[in-house]
Amino acid sequence: MTTPLLDAKGLTLRFGAIPALIDVDIDITAGEVVAIVGESGSGKTTLLRVLSGMMAPDAGSVLWRGQDVLAMGEAARRRLMRTEWGYVHQNPRDGLRLAVSAGGNVGERLMAVGARHYGNIRGEALSWLAKVEIDADRIDDLPRTFSGGMQQRLQIARTLVTQPKLVFMDEPTGGLDVSVQARLLDLIRSLSRELGLSVLIVTHDIAAARLLADRILVMRRGVVVEQGLTDRVLDDPQHPYTQLLVSSVLAA
Amino acid sequence: MSTTLEGYNFAYLDEATKRMIRRALLKAVAIPGHQIPFGAREMPLPYGWGTGGIQVTAAILGPTDTLKVIDQGADDTTNAISIRRFFTRVAGVATTEHTAEATVVQTRHRIPERLLREDQIIVYQVPQPEPLSRLEPRRTETKRLHALADYGLMHVRLYEDIARFGHIAKAYDYPVMVNGRYLMSPSPIPAFDNPKMHRMAALQLFGAGREKRIYAIPPYTDVRSLDFEDHPFRPIRAPHACALCASTDTYLDEVITDDAGGRLFVCSDTDHCAERQATAQEAAE
Amino acid sequence: MTPVLRTEGLGKAFTLHLQGGTHIPVLGGVDLAVHPGECVALWGPSGAGKSTLMRCLYGNYGTGTGRIILRHRGADLDLATADPRTVIEARRETLGYVSQFLRVIPRVATRDIVAEPLIARGMARDEALARATALLHRLNLPERLHALPPATFSGGEQQRVNLARGFAPGYPVLLLDEPTASLDAANRAIVIALIREAKAAGAAIIGIVHDAEVREAVADRLFDVLPQQDAA
Repeated sequence: MTTPLLDAKGLTLRFGAIPALIDVDIDITAGEVVAIVGESGSGKTTLLRVLSGMMAPDAGSVLWRGQDVLAMGEAARRRLMRTEWGYVHQNPRDGLRLAVSAGGNVGERLMAVGARHYGNIRGEALSWLAKVEIDADRIDDLPRTFSGGMQQRLQIARTLVTQPKLVFMDEPTGGLDVSVQARLLDLIRSLSRELGLSVLIVTHDIAAARLLADRILVMRRGVVVEQGLTDRVLDDPQHPYTQLLVSSVLAA
Repeated sequence: MSTTLEGYNFAYLDEATKRMIRRALLKAVAIPGHQIPFGAREMPLPYGWGTGGIQVTAAILGPTDTLKVIDQGADDTTNAISIRRFFTRVAGVATTEHTAEATVVQTRHRIPERLLREDQIIVYQVPQPEPLSRLEPRRTETKRLHALADYGLMHVRLYEDIARFGHIAKAYDYPVMVNGRYLMSPSPIPAFDNPKMHRMAALQLFGAGREKRIYAIPPYTDVRSLDFEDHPFRPIRAPHACALCASTDTYLDEVITDDAGGRLFVCSDTDHCAERQATAQEAAE
Repeated sequence: MTPVLRTEGLGKAFTLHLQGGTHIPVLGGVDLAVHPGECVALWGPSGAGKSTLMRCLYGNYGTGTGRIILRHRGADLDLATADPRTVIEARRETLGYVSQFLRVIPRVATRDIVAEPLIARGMARDEALARATALLHRLNLPERLHALPPATFSGGEQQRVNLARGFAPGYPVLLLDEPTASLDAANRAIVIALIREAKAAGAAIIGIVHDAEVREAVADRLFDVLPQQDAA
């Protein structure tokens, strides 16, 4: 059994009287894709924020390769966030600098970790734009001139350029056209395999979870009600809520 | 002292205010390049005319000091004359136009061409002390970026310049790293002057009145202009010789001489230029 | 010889919480053992639970009662209790499954779909693609289709893509759910040949095969799957 990269235990967090997380355990090993599904307000995004150290839980622990994330200083956590971790926001405008060119957006993380050779930074940016299927001649354009799908792909390029080990994704396909979603999902799928990435993806799209994830956690009102192998949870759901969730998906 | 204005404390500010500013200055010297907040006072001139610089000067000035004030390199512009006269009236200190004679030099937009000495202090007037302000408008966030030395963003700005113009297009207020730790705005001096800050013998103090910030560079501190390995920092100057003193290694101002496109390049540092002309004159005689 | 896959008292029931907790028993007391080089055809009337058994064997359905023992990496692995990561590992290395329907992945080319399990097992990309291409050719899928995603293919074409994907890696245990349902005679013959070759190579095969001709050609024996009493 390989030791998990990220290992969280007993996470509990309340917003006043409202429980956001109740005794949640989750871990993820190298190269694994884990989906967290559940409807809006079930605590999915809160879990992601707690795991990535952006929010402190009331109780519980989060270990990154044995290191206590919650006890980490902000400097160390930020360093982690721009090197070994990545975070893809649901809204690309939260993860991009709209007043900076596409190339600058991709290059920022490289420069933040000390890259000081313009030619290399630009070369790397070009190669990443190609990986996320953005034309090389858009490299100096501002992201605000991009479509939603392109912005999201740019955000992924910007996140992956420093070759993180673990990427948190919060509804990366939310708000996109279905055709654009498929392209993005395929991209996430192939890049994560190619790079051996661990991905923790929050989604309410069951089909996306099936396509991408090795394992799945079903959350409801802050509680993980069911988890396991993706196809088993979706094809043989045990918990009443999971059965409801699965049966509510419209078959195309 | 008999010539100073009645009813005002020496150098205009009251002693408590001076003490507050001096504390900020000491802190600033102790942490080179780090911005220290201070309680900037209302001064008898508008923001943007050098209120920050004046307060710093007032806080460090003693009766035996000799003050020089320059504005864009010149001693004889309105702003320079006004400030000089202000301190003559409120502190009664001697003033000079000669860099070599000054003990305190207050400046806007230039560093004198003549090397400053250990027994001199240069005070910069600063409109915007935060080098990241245009990239990150939130003060809380820029503070955090400084605390974590997270300066990738500044390089993004330079990257954008190269991508757009083929070179770093910042000609003034060109960001520097102080003592290998803090990113700092050198105030709107031309990038040409940046190398003069590096390991300067004189103490360098910076005052931003409207933004209420003070920062400093102690003598002999490393000051490096940001750049890329393949696009190194290059100080830019007009490719001409001074029309008055024939200097080819000083920063030049372009002067329009008529309505027919006539123009002239002359030293921006008027004192330095006059000195060179005098020396040339002597040699000729 | 020890079986590579066996079940001990395997039972499976479904509880439909959305239908007032209706309890539907499907399998009970299934003891199946399959040896290397052997092909076992599941036998029983429609609705008896053959597909459910297959899905349990693959780990697609959770196990209700009993054990499912798979020889994996030279040791016995109980699929009923194995953690998800181990099940994924067993599926990558030991246990293959060809379902009736191809789950189409948007934008992924047919050739890549077939090569994917090979690459996951560590084969070099070029080699994997070459083997995928050869197998697709053998299953009479014209070259011009190899670079297309199979979303728009006919049922028979999709099934052949699925078969190529299942047969390419040479799994020690292979589960086949109606492998020839939408194929014509020529392609059925090819599938028969593929199954025989897999058996000769030592694979254990469990199949649901309604087509009598195919079943007689490949199955060494039948395994009865009987319907459970609803009142059980």
